[in-house]
Amino acid sequence: MGIEEKLPSGVLLTTVEGVAGYMRKASFWPATFGLACCAIEMMTSGGPRYDTGRFGMEVFRASPRQADLMIVAGRVSQKMAPVLRQIYDQMAEPKWVLAMGVCASSGGMFNNYAIVQGVDHVVPVDMYLPGCPPRPEMLIDAILKLHDQVQSTKFGANRAKQVAELETAALNAVPTSDQKGLMR
Amino acid sequence: MSSPHEPQPDEAQPSFTTQLKEQLWDPVAGFGVTFRTMFRKVVTEEYPKVKKPTAPRFHGRHQLNRYPDGLEKCIGCELCAWACPADAIYVEGAQNTEDERYSPGERYGAVYQINYLRCILCGLCIEACPTRALTMTNFYELADDNREALIYEKSELLAPLLPGMEQPPHAMLLGEDEGDYYRGMFAPPPGDRAAAPTSTPETSSATPPAPRTARKAAR
Repeated sequence: MGIEEKLPSGVLLTTVEGVAGYMRKASFWPATFGLACCAIEMMTSGGPRYDTGRFGMEVFRASPRQADLMIVAGRVSQKMAPVLRQIYDQMAEPKWVLAMGVCASSGGMFNNYAIVQGVDHVVPVDMYLPGCPPRPEMLIDAILKLHDQVQSTKFGANRAKQVAELETAALNAVPTSDQKGLMR
Repeated sequence: MSSPHEPQPDEAQPSFTTQLKEQLWDPVAGFGVTFRTMFRKVVTEEYPKVKKPTAPRFHGRHQLNRYPDGLEKCIGCELCAWACPADAIYVEGAQNTEDERYSPGERYGAVYQINYLRCILCGLCIEACPTRALTMTNFYELADDNREALIYEKSELLAPLLPGMEQPPHAMLLGEDEGDYYRGMFAPPPGDRAAAPTSTPETSSATPPAPRTARKAAR
């Protein structure tokens, strides 16, 4: 059909997007952002029993400049929110955010004035992980789902087109005031 | 006052044999631990490849159970929503009619939503449920990339139709009268391999939920 059939065996063709996605997903360096009990499970995931080193992310970076994934583990208080945003801003592109646990994802059972009702009020979140706290398997599952997302990230003109499509879809979606129940 | 450079009695030079032990034997002993560990069993769980089963009563995703003829057990009483400490459950009850029957009693849960971004999987809703309609499975891989997908609707929470079950709405199909129906005094429905007539397919722990792609398409 194309150039693939004329190549000798043992030669693999791929796209720039594919290679870049593979490189990015295989070397996540998470920023240390443990805020509450979820951080204990996050630390366990980095330990020998669950060992996120299997996915190339055993180094939890204390400096946001060297990290490209922020695992927000725990409840974010109103006072912590600007700090969270600053850490996010200090991270180098490309960067992703994983809201670990119900408190980081939506405020969880702390529906009160002290807690930010989901870190997506402060930073864009790429993956929500429910659970209180989520077990390390759940965190690894969320990270693997994020890997799939990163692997399929598009570049350049394709990315711009994807962004435009997503925006159109969001504009055409049912407004929350018309939705029922918890969607409201 | 003694000068800081003056040797103190307890800072005396260690003896020759102590020095020899520290410099020659201690590294060998230390690396011996490393070496021995190579022959030990690896503790790491190969999670995505090998999924170690959870404890049998692990609190995972919820499930709305059915009677053996397929009618829903949920009666729309909202006790689960009242018990929930995180306000994660939303229920709207509605009236059953003779033509359109979803549950054996007077009422059924018309809208049933659980927000997994609020739910802390504590199980208080399970304790509150008067009909054992709501139980928990051992399924835990819940992560998703938007908030809306993590609000599970009734269609995703309902237990799958086992052989012998019929999709509601339909009349109560088993037993002579209501008493027999509730007590399970009827012959097991055809195709139901569970021999005991009283046993209902509650908490089938290994049941995976409906595929996410399918429900996204249904939206």
